[in-house]
Amino acid sequence: MSDFSTYLKSLPVKVFRFYLDGFRSMTVGKKLWAIILIKLAVIFLVLKLFLFPDVLDRDYDTDDAKADAVREHLINLK
Amino acid sequence: MNDLMSVVDWSRAQFALTAMVHWLFVPLTIGLSLIVAVMETKWYRTRDEKWLKITKLWMKMFGINFACGVATGIILEFEFGTNWSNYSWFVGDIFGAPLAIEGIFAFFLESTFIAVMFFGWKKVSRGFHLAATWLTALGVVLSALWILVANAWMQYPAGMEFDPAQMRNVMADFGEVAMSPVAVNKFFHTVLSGWVLGAVYVIGVSCYLLMKKRNREVAVSSIKVAGWVGMAGILLTMWTGDGSAVEVSRVQPMKLAAMEGLYRGECGQGLVGVGILNPDKKPGDDRDAMLWGFEIPKGLSILAKHNPDAFVPGIDDLIDGIELTADGDTIHTVSYAERIEAGKRAQTALADYEAARKAGDDAAMALAAERIKADYQYFGYGYLESPYEAVPPVGLTFYAFRIMVMAGGYLLLFMALALFMVYRKQAWLDKKLVLLGGLATIAIVWICSEAGWVVAEVGRQPWVIQDLMPSRAAISSIESGSVQFTFWLFVVVFTLLLAAEVSIMVHEIKKESKRNILD
Repeated sequence: MSDFSTYLKSLPVKVFRFYLDGFRSMTVGKKLWAIILIKLAVIFLVLKLFLFPDVLDRDYDTDDAKADAVREHLINLK
Repeated sequence: MNDLMSVVDWSRAQFALTAMVHWLFVPLTIGLSLIVAVMETKWYRTRDEKWLKITKLWMKMFGINFACGVATGIILEFEFGTNWSNYSWFVGDIFGAPLAIEGIFAFFLESTFIAVMFFGWKKVSRGFHLAATWLTALGVVLSALWILVANAWMQYPAGMEFDPAQMRNVMADFGEVAMSPVAVNKFFHTVLSGWVLGAVYVIGVSCYLLMKKRNREVAVSSIKVAGWVGMAGILLTMWTGDGSAVEVSRVQPMKLAAMEGLYRGECGQGLVGVGILNPDKKPGDDRDAMLWGFEIPKGLSILAKHNPDAFVPGIDDLIDGIELTADGDTIHTVSYAERIEAGKRAQTALADYEAARKAGDDAAMALAAERIKADYQYFGYGYLESPYEAVPPVGLTFYAFRIMVMAGGYLLLFMALALFMVYRKQAWLDKKLVLLGGLATIAIVWICSEAGWVVAEVGRQPWVIQDLMPSRAAISSIESGSVQFTFWLFVVVFTLLLAAEVSIMVHEIKKESKRNILD
């Protein structure tokens, strides 16, 4: 049991080292990680924050209010 | 109205751009993951170091594609919330489950199995590594499954009930959503086409390696694996394509009519093999639909109904509504004018429901809900001003279908030829023209794949959800200027992203071609 708990305690460190060693040994990795990080930054820090709000979440607080807004729109759309 | 249409058009263009760019990456991920898994299995079983090196070569290409493609699909979800908020709310309960499952699969796939695949060499056992590679391939496919289930539901809404109180469709039967015949067919057709695309990519790049005359054994061995995967893929894609045609004829007959440029159908309907549409032809007029065409007798009846004498309705037949018996089949369709009336009745009932709700009249609400339910299957038609608005863009659908089918036929020959050459006529692999042909086929398979997407998505217009919600009802109340801005922003960002992927891949392939990979 104590061996198992020691194993569990060391697991996060092992996983961290697994990833760290992996990143270090990648040959094409730096460029790819740059692409991934730039892309994720553009997607979440620019697109999501500034350009792609969830319109219903932004304008209405409750599900009932959102349902009312959509119902109103779909009834009155001509 | 003009501004509304502008928002609809720009939002559609933006969504199409994002989806088509996303779709450049996805099938290669699906196909390469399988091919890499097969190659690693060969290494595991034979312990031949050649297969380990070949596996690592293609795994590197898989990694480049995965890194460039990952998260591009998330932008589509942003667009749902911003541009398509009515739609998102209307279908939220149905889409929530498949997309949440997809997110979970994608998360575990990306954080676990791919990490073991790339970082686990010499750190985990050979068997564990092989399992991680296969689980990555399986995870990619399962991830695609839920997206395709959601897409299939938009083409064939099933397993739900409309709740006017929540103003959304509520899932009534998950099994009916996940296992609808449209979803099952779409899943297999799409994933199997990914196998073909991955196989053509491997064969094409192998042709480049052969042109450089340094890694013949790597190239020939790679073509053998990719050739079999591609052959199985193209045969099964054709088989499931036949199933798709049957399903489309059953649940989206207007799409099938547009795919064929067919305005008036008949029993024993021919299939246009190659043709030029008459650009002046409009639904309801007497002009010929085709300027020129080569028709396969009874082909469409066989394709769509598996019966050479069956009746296949055309666009005008569907608009007018038909009822006739052909070879034992009774075909009855409700005219589009009647559908529009039914849709308007459902919408009037919805307005009455809203008025009763505001008045706190429960009895009137219940009555209105019953009236909505009675005509709900045609709810979306109430937004159409004319039956002709329900006709998809015929030209784009017709030509995209032909491009897909002709390219598919070519790919069958290509796979047969690739296998024939590596097993029987390896001398042909020294001919530059043959190798250039292999390389050029990479472009053809992507065009084929994107054309399939165009057929599926343009062919169902004007519907976002078949018969229930047209595009213009799905849109948010937003300014067209902001959508135009983000559209052009995406053009720039996606161009840069694709340029990065292509340049990194080309650089790596050139680098590999200059060394002896097996050393």
